[in-house]
Amino acid sequence: MVTLFSVGRALRGALVWIILAALAVVVLYPLVWMFLNGFKTNAELFGNPFALPTHFGWENFAAAWQQGVGSFVLTSVSLTVLATLITEAISAWAAYGLTRIQIPMNRAFTVLILAGLMLAPTVALVPLVKMFQSLGLYNTFLGLLILYTAFRIPFTVFLIRAYMLDLPREVDEAASIDGASKTATFWRIILPMSKPIIITTIVLNVLTNWNEYLFAMVFTSGTGLQTLPVGLADLMSKNGTQYPLVFAGMVMAALPMVILFFVCQRYFIRGLAGGVGK
Amino acid sequence: MTSAPASVRHVAESAPPVRTRPDARSVPHWRNVVWLIPALAVLAVFVYWPLLQNLVFSFLKWNIYSGAQTFVGGQNYMELATDPIFRKALLNNVWYAAISIVFQVFGALLLAAIIESVKSERLRKAFRSIYFIPSAISLTVAGLLFYFIYQPQTGMLDTFLTNLGLGQYAQAWLGHENTAIFAIVAMSQWQGFGYSVLLFSVALQRIPLELYEAAAIDGIGPIRRFLSISMPLVREMTSLMMIVTISGAFQVFNEVMVMTSGGPNNSSQVLGTWLYHAGFITNDFGYAAAIGVAIFVITLILAALQLWVSHRKRVEW
Repeated sequence: MVTLFSVGRALRGALVWIILAALAVVVLYPLVWMFLNGFKTNAELFGNPFALPTHFGWENFAAAWQQGVGSFVLTSVSLTVLATLITEAISAWAAYGLTRIQIPMNRAFTVLILAGLMLAPTVALVPLVKMFQSLGLYNTFLGLLILYTAFRIPFTVFLIRAYMLDLPREVDEAASIDGASKTATFWRIILPMSKPIIITTIVLNVLTNWNEYLFAMVFTSGTGLQTLPVGLADLMSKNGTQYPLVFAGMVMAALPMVILFFVCQRYFIRGLAGGVGK
Repeated sequence: MTSAPASVRHVAESAPPVRTRPDARSVPHWRNVVWLIPALAVLAVFVYWPLLQNLVFSFLKWNIYSGAQTFVGGQNYMELATDPIFRKALLNNVWYAAISIVFQVFGALLLAAIIESVKSERLRKAFRSIYFIPSAISLTVAGLLFYFIYQPQTGMLDTFLTNLGLGQYAQAWLGHENTAIFAIVAMSQWQGFGYSVLLFSVALQRIPLELYEAAAIDGIGPIRRFLSISMPLVREMTSLMMIVTISGAFQVFNEVMVMTSGGPNNSSQVLGTWLYHAGFITNDFGYAAAIGVAIFVITLILAALQLWVSHRKRVEW
């Protein structure tokens, strides 16, 4: 009886390990394959897909960088950094206004800002393009920056606001008695106290902006302003492409975010959990 | 309200009594709205205004050559109702949602429970992290990667099937009308399930261990423990994940665009790509706007559901 029981337990343990390990292989193998393909030649790539590259050199990565990926990275990095910073500033201000000071019709404003959470960017695509064309923002860096910022504000305010609501009220009172203005209280007390959620939202916004595709594709035409996702997709669809170069580019697009995830895992999880309402 | 730290309380109590005017902070003042103005202005101009315009556009028709607009009433919506590709796209979104619920909600919950049953904390963390990696890389990169995996003959999937002696199943996964959308959905499960696993793990960790221990002492097996402890206690997370997943499924765009652009023969169109097609390939702006309204209504209903779920009383323990 006892032995039967323990055999059953061992079997179950083995099953758990088989499931978990098999899934890990299913997840990791395509990623490793992607990485390895960055070192292959076109002939190797279309030969046996399971074969290892015959030699490991960074030529494909260098060539990909030369043939556009360098410029895609530059666009993506500047867009991601600027959009994230502006989104954080605007959202933190708004969250402070909504939580720490008295504003008439506070509830209405809160709803107005947070309602943006449920809007899919596709819905307003046609009017946005028309508007940007008439404002001269279509196919400009500024245009993309505005879109990236605007559509991330509701989510960012949502997370920062929830955090600021929980900070003790007495902090502001003490600051005000010490003669600090609201602006000083925000910069010197509330913002530093909100550092954990600020980091969380930065991490999530960087991930979203770096990977964004819809706006980057629809609001740019041709070369010069392509972000990494759009540039890579274009490179792929060109005739006579050296596919290993595209793989090299894909690795360069994916790696920073994977590293970011591992470095900032704690903040990722907090934000993701908060994002679906805990 | 938690009590203030002693030092703060001390400051508050020793505040000079000469202060007769109430603190400006405690009185609502319109001047304070300046804090909200940047956010409100950006949202009003670039989010809400286009949304309203889209509604107006959906009642108009554009002359492609002259650019003249005419009011056509509900004509775009009539077209929508009779457009077989719109119906196909909607159906594909529904498939997307249904399959994602199976894998990214229930599959992920089961998997999270399996991971949490592993003894070693480091291994649990390792598995969760590995499964999350595809969610950190973009859908574009994942889509391009699977475009290659699905390549006929030379692709990894077909080569794998052939090596297993299942060569008769090898095919151009993205090139056939029957398989294209499902190949894309499969990629999306690969890309997104780790995200759900991570969230379910967080929810499961909040359940007190004593509940499981007590059940184990009573001789209740792991499957019953999962069904009668884990499942009910993460019900709220499950409902929320369900709505987030469905809502995401109706907003799909990126992976379809990258992998098939809606082809072959429009078989893998989804609402998002069909809107793009109408708006920017055939330049039928009014019709694209009507598709936009359809997406808006669907996501609005789902958002309302989400609010309802998150305001419902939580399971207490």
